[in-house]
Amino acid sequence: MNDMTPTREQREAALEGMGCKRKRVEDIRFTQGKGNYVDDVKLPGMLHGDFVRSPHPHARVQKIDDSEALKVPGVLAVITAETLKTVNLAWMPTLAGDVQMVLADGKVLFQNQEVAFVVATDRYAADDGINKVIVEYEPLPPLVDPFKSMDKDAPVLREDLVGKMSGAHGPRKHDNHIFEWTVGDKELTDAAFNKAEVTIKEMISYHRTHPSPLETCQCVCSFDKIKGELTIYGTFQAPHVIRTVVALIAKLPEQKIHVIAPDIGGGFGNKVGAYPGYICAAVASIVTGKPVKWVEDRIENLTATSFARDYHMTTEIAATKDGKVTGLRVHVLADHGAFDACADPSKWPAGFFNIVTGSYDFPTAHLAVDGVYTNKAPGGVAYRCSFRVTEAAYCIERGMDILAQKLKMDPAELRLKNFIKPEQFPYHSALGWEYDSGDYHTAMRKMMETTGYAALRKEQEEKRAAFKRGETREIMGLGVSFFTEIVGAGPSKNCDILGIAMFDSCEIRMHPTGAGIARMGTKSQGQGHETTWAQIIATEIGIPADNIMVEEGNTDTAPYGLGTYGSRSTPVAGAAIAMAARKIKAKAQMIAAYKLEVHEDDLEFDIDGFRVKGLPEKFMSMKDICWAAYNSVPPGMEPGLEAVSYYDPPNMTYPFGAYLCVMDIDVDTGVYKVRRFYALDDCGTRINPMIIEGQVHGGLTEAFAIAMGQEIRYDDVGNVVTGSFMDFFMPTAVETPHWETDFTVTPSPHHPIGAKGVGESPNVGGVPAFSNAVNDAFSFLGSTHIQMPHDFWRNWKAAKELGAVA
Amino acid sequence: MIPGPFSYHRPASVADAVKLLSDLGEDARPLAGGHSLVPMMKLRLATPAHLIDLHGIAALKGISRNGNNLVIGAMTTQHELLASDDVAKSMPILHEAALLIADPQVRYRGTIGGNVANGDPGNDMPALMMTLGATYRLEGASGARDVPAADFYQGAYFTALEPGEILTSVSVPVPAAGHGYAYEKLKRKVGDYATAAAAVVLTMSGGKVATCTIGLTNVHETPLLAADAAKAVIGTGLDAATLKKAAAAAEAIMAPAADARGPVEYRKHVGGIMVTRALQRAASRAK
Repeated sequence: MNDMTPTREQREAALEGMGCKRKRVEDIRFTQGKGNYVDDVKLPGMLHGDFVRSPHPHARVQKIDDSEALKVPGVLAVITAETLKTVNLAWMPTLAGDVQMVLADGKVLFQNQEVAFVVATDRYAADDGINKVIVEYEPLPPLVDPFKSMDKDAPVLREDLVGKMSGAHGPRKHDNHIFEWTVGDKELTDAAFNKAEVTIKEMISYHRTHPSPLETCQCVCSFDKIKGELTIYGTFQAPHVIRTVVALIAKLPEQKIHVIAPDIGGGFGNKVGAYPGYICAAVASIVTGKPVKWVEDRIENLTATSFARDYHMTTEIAATKDGKVTGLRVHVLADHGAFDACADPSKWPAGFFNIVTGSYDFPTAHLAVDGVYTNKAPGGVAYRCSFRVTEAAYCIERGMDILAQKLKMDPAELRLKNFIKPEQFPYHSALGWEYDSGDYHTAMRKMMETTGYAALRKEQEEKRAAFKRGETREIMGLGVSFFTEIVGAGPSKNCDILGIAMFDSCEIRMHPTGAGIARMGTKSQGQGHETTWAQIIATEIGIPADNIMVEEGNTDTAPYGLGTYGSRSTPVAGAAIAMAARKIKAKAQMIAAYKLEVHEDDLEFDIDGFRVKGLPEKFMSMKDICWAAYNSVPPGMEPGLEAVSYYDPPNMTYPFGAYLCVMDIDVDTGVYKVRRFYALDDCGTRINPMIIEGQVHGGLTEAFAIAMGQEIRYDDVGNVVTGSFMDFFMPTAVETPHWETDFTVTPSPHHPIGAKGVGESPNVGGVPAFSNAVNDAFSFLGSTHIQMPHDFWRNWKAAKELGAVA
Repeated sequence: MIPGPFSYHRPASVADAVKLLSDLGEDARPLAGGHSLVPMMKLRLATPAHLIDLHGIAALKGISRNGNNLVIGAMTTQHELLASDDVAKSMPILHEAALLIADPQVRYRGTIGGNVANGDPGNDMPALMMTLGATYRLEGASGARDVPAADFYQGAYFTALEPGEILTSVSVPVPAAGHGYAYEKLKRKVGDYATAAAAVVLTMSGGKVATCTIGLTNVHETPLLAADAAKAVIGTGLDAATLKKAAAAAEAIMAPAADARGPVEYRKHVGGIMVTRALQRAASRAK
């Protein structure tokens, strides 16, 4: 051996495998403006489409006159519901088992609903055309308050459903009722409440907000009449699902549909569903024979495509006097807007909201969710969270704080007392989940020690006394949050979308020179898949990550997958990668054994190749094995080195974390300052710590936005009043607090590499931490629960109502 | 978010711009930084048939001295205002306020002329100009005239500008040496208009307020001078009772709209607090 022989550490480092803070390879193009987004797609002869939208939240459409619009230079067509009826596409199915108007069919049901689609030679002409389409409306009374949806005299919104006493998720109680979903043991839970020593009850609202990715939803549809093929470039988080949906509703053979999701500028759940823009662009392309582009503007994105949350959660906890929880009872009124277009696995009308027992050992629980229609935009997507998990985490984490307040216990101590213990895993929750792993006490104690929690409480006590003496106008809050996420949808036994099981996939093809390509069923929107997926392969098969190209988003080349949302990519596709890599490795081992003239069992894998046990000098690198795979395989073996894996996970994964927010609020103006924010995340095995940190920063920033001001708000008559970034709170770097991140590692026992998913944890855990901080700040003045969002004027209002401001 | 059709003109002199404006009439709008007009055009709330871009007129740029006044060309950007040593030294409140306008990107394009001429109650500079006693020069087909900032604002987006006139410069008297100043602005985030803001310029003598002017932003359909509030603090050492009185006097003339920044009651309340804080900070800076 000479000096040039690399050490084991050097060989490991050269792979840039799992655990390495590898720099994001995709950033080379993103930081130089060389990304290729949908709006960068420009096809010869391409036309542009844009929508006429309803100014009314609820109205009958009496007449659409397009004659003046068609006279505008450049305008070629105006598509209405009547046009779409000729191809049976005036309505489309939603992921939630409902149907949705593509274009207004007789009625509009929310402000900014799509009414007509103007197709023109350029975007300016399309907009000129929109302004010339004359629509006559007969306004109808709007239904804005979900609590009035099921009133006897409530206006009936969905005339198409009148008389249908049953929907996709069972019986309906009212024409504006969508479903009732119940989980848990009602009798046992009621009994727990009847004999409880202490109970709390609070209506906790999680307001309507929006994922608002930087890039809005958009597509280019191109129909080739000769071949009968439809190509769709689009901002799709789940391109294969879009292909199948198009095949089903447009009755096109699936092999003739090509869906391509190029670079995507953020999704956060906004780009999972199908929108009228996609259908209209496709129909327009079929009608005109030309490619048609549709690009949403910001107002359209905020007001028409896929809101999130809007859950009103009546929360009750039963406990003993010394703070042991004995029962949980939750009723949710879910405002779904005009159509039920939630993007949940099909059998889960309220997503995985039944994770609402959180990190605590509730002996019994009962949950009921009523979904209702209102005159608001449809959606209900999982905005940077697994399905309805942020709502659930907010519900239980506020509930635990309210209970702590009632018991006069420290909220951290109350949580420690009720955590599921490490030895209870795998843990079966009262609402039906099997938590795979966790060590909550360690994480919580680490948070408390690192932040100096006890000292902060002492400081708070002193500040409260000073406030009462009139020496300061500032109050201090500590927001404790301990969340359990449920991600990785999902096992085929309980998760599907429109009947397609929620597996995911990876295909790896190694090239002769020791390089390769991995194709995936997932689709990055900024998560850094090109970087991290290669790292898994690097560690699994010993080829440097730099030599592995990751490709996603083209349904013709990628194996079928269910896409990227709900933190499912690492738990599901990440497992598929490891399994495919292991198939490669198994074949490589056979080739190495043949070349080294030993039995396979005499070989051991050693970082980047196979070594004969006991004979360290007899070694064959994976690079050399790749070459051999194409020219000297053992007799009877097929040449080549590639593998594909479709992974059906046996269970979900359950990341968790302990967060603390320290906040100061000036009661005179309501202005808050986040003094400190500490986030400890346990996502199991950590693939790329730098990307994890980036994910946590991003998720916390969105959590901060939501808790402290970001909302989609309607006025009393159904006008949406938060249609731009002026009023929809999108924090800049100036407003964003400094984040302290930390971690523990509790690997998932059933995942091939023990990873759990992390992208959404910080949003799930962050929102309750911020809200608990505000509520904790005000609690000594006598409040129990203050609804989000906690923007300046609402903080002042709370202070005023509590008598702290004259 | 796509504007309608319009013709674009780029005159090289004020005379040419004025001529274009009078020839083209009501369908023409002058374009400065475009931060108010262009968004309105994208929403098609403004649909001018002609845009007269003032960027080609060199005479509208720059900051110069004219006796005891600083004369700021209308097309001077907020960034250029911030870069001026003369502004920073002689009227630091202008520097402080310009830093609170939007963000650097906006300040590179946004102009002082556009900010004061548009009549948007949310803009910061109008109240500042009223507080400093500035005068606007307006030029039209019939010549030039000077209008005090205090007389310029008549309603939201409604000013003393006559059709065909262009605001060409702002003349600001330099405040007394040793004056105290502060611009207190409460906003929800970078880039937002004020929930409420107050500008204070004062002088102190023997620990008492000798002179004081108070301007208010975005608490009424026009910027305001809070004359009664200013009067209430003259001759006082800004004790708690006086501050309370001044805030109440200022709140009495406020009539903000309820919006996403908060209900009327809140916006008036924090308007009073901005006055209090600006007075205190200005006093602490006075020599």
